[in-house]
Amino acid sequence: MSDLKKTPLNAVHRALGAKMVDFGGWDMPVQYPTGIINEHHVVRTKVGLFDVSHMGEIRVKGPQAMAFLNWLTPNNVVTLKVNQIHYTGLLMENGAFVDDLLLHKISDEEFLLVVNASNVDKDFAWIQQHAAKWDVVVTNESDATGQVALQGPKSLEVLQPLMDINLADIKYYWFAFGNFKGMPVMIARTGYTGEDGFEVYCPADKTEWVWNELMESGKAHELAPTGLGCRNTLRLEAKMALYGHEIDDQITALEADLGWIVKLQKGEFLGSATLQGQKDNGVKRLLVGFRMAEKRDIARDGFPVVLNGEKVGHVTSAAPSPTCGYNLGLALVPVELSAIGTKISIEIRGKACEAEVVPTPFYKRAK
Amino acid sequence: MSFPVECKYTKNHEYLKPLGDGTAVIGITHYAQEALGDVVFVQLPEVGASFETGEEFGTVESVKTVSECYLPTAGEVVAINEELEAHPEYVNEDAYGKGWMFKIKLTGDINAELLDAAAYQAFVESESH
Repeated sequence: MSDLKKTPLNAVHRALGAKMVDFGGWDMPVQYPTGIINEHHVVRTKVGLFDVSHMGEIRVKGPQAMAFLNWLTPNNVVTLKVNQIHYTGLLMENGAFVDDLLLHKISDEEFLLVVNASNVDKDFAWIQQHAAKWDVVVTNESDATGQVALQGPKSLEVLQPLMDINLADIKYYWFAFGNFKGMPVMIARTGYTGEDGFEVYCPADKTEWVWNELMESGKAHELAPTGLGCRNTLRLEAKMALYGHEIDDQITALEADLGWIVKLQKGEFLGSATLQGQKDNGVKRLLVGFRMAEKRDIARDGFPVVLNGEKVGHVTSAAPSPTCGYNLGLALVPVELSAIGTKISIEIRGKACEAEVVPTPFYKRAK
Repeated sequence: MSFPVECKYTKNHEYLKPLGDGTAVIGITHYAQEALGDVVFVQLPEVGASFETGEEFGTVESVKTVSECYLPTAGEVVAINEELEAHPEYVNEDAYGKGWMFKIKLTGDINAELLDAAAYQAFVESESH
């Protein structure tokens, strides 16, 4: 237990009575006494506060930063505007993932990559290795940076009184710099829940203070601290990928149904040859959303998708859905079984259980 | 955490509450529901089904995980808690009361290897470390 890494908010979570778990080597709250289902509903209807300080921040700076990242990643870094953010990945030659991440353009010569907690060291090494031939400097700022995420319809009301910039001017998937009660922070209108929200980036040693200020400001809006358990059910309903599940070093961007971040027309990038081939020939397997037919059947991560008694695919993530009210999940299936409406079988403890391929996302917030 | 003295317990965190008339109520303990988190579905046996001591009778599904459940002592199911279908959260809210799962008619003597409340409490405390 003493080997687990801790965010600056570790003592705060424990004081709140959180149930702590090992998440990718970090000692993190899976839920508070409120419970996963309540926390999930709070995020969808009011506002929740997540500690995401374990995530990584990697800065790429230099005259060739834009060209380097445009070659290193599949999405279009040239058309990304200053203060804009896009979802993308670090891909390998095989078109599969080292990690997924959010790319923030500070200028044509400066970018911030926000990466998964479980992959920080791997990502940093990967970027550094590939940066060797380019005129850029890559720095890992993860340990020095704290991050909390306000997620839910009331997020703006909670954060605005503490900020000196007009948050309504920050559109979804854009960021800005401003002062949080006099302290410089970066505010990004992003999140992993499918709700409106703001991610606040601050110096690591100020994270506890930021958290406490947000908790205080949040009282009037029934803000609650929310853990990794509901974070998973929220992102699953919104059909957002989790590294190690929907994407990994064997699943390509096209197989993971992430063609929208693959901009083949921009020119060559790391992995483009494989992905062009998959686009031309069609993928053999595809990530789909499914819904279980019976309330008693709850699929779980890793369960096999079976056809005539043989395993033909697997569940990448699955759970009972608090907002949708049924048991759902994502699965990698043969492309022949990927059409909406196809009936598939998922084996649950030795029994083949019926499910149906359904459109995703399962949940979309009202505009 | 303390446990009702009128119950007997298994190391898999099921409880048995003898009613004194040859029947007993079966459920999972407060410790189990806390470890599982929010319960979303309870797979109960059918009325009339008979099980041996230690035989699997069903599962409890939570948001994050599923747990198999085993019968503490041999018996025949005479009643099930129909409320759990619509209210699986009763298991979290009141494991020994409205979260009861089903009632059995005992087959023979109660399994002598079950733990009493004090022994179960000691067991739970040792599991937590």
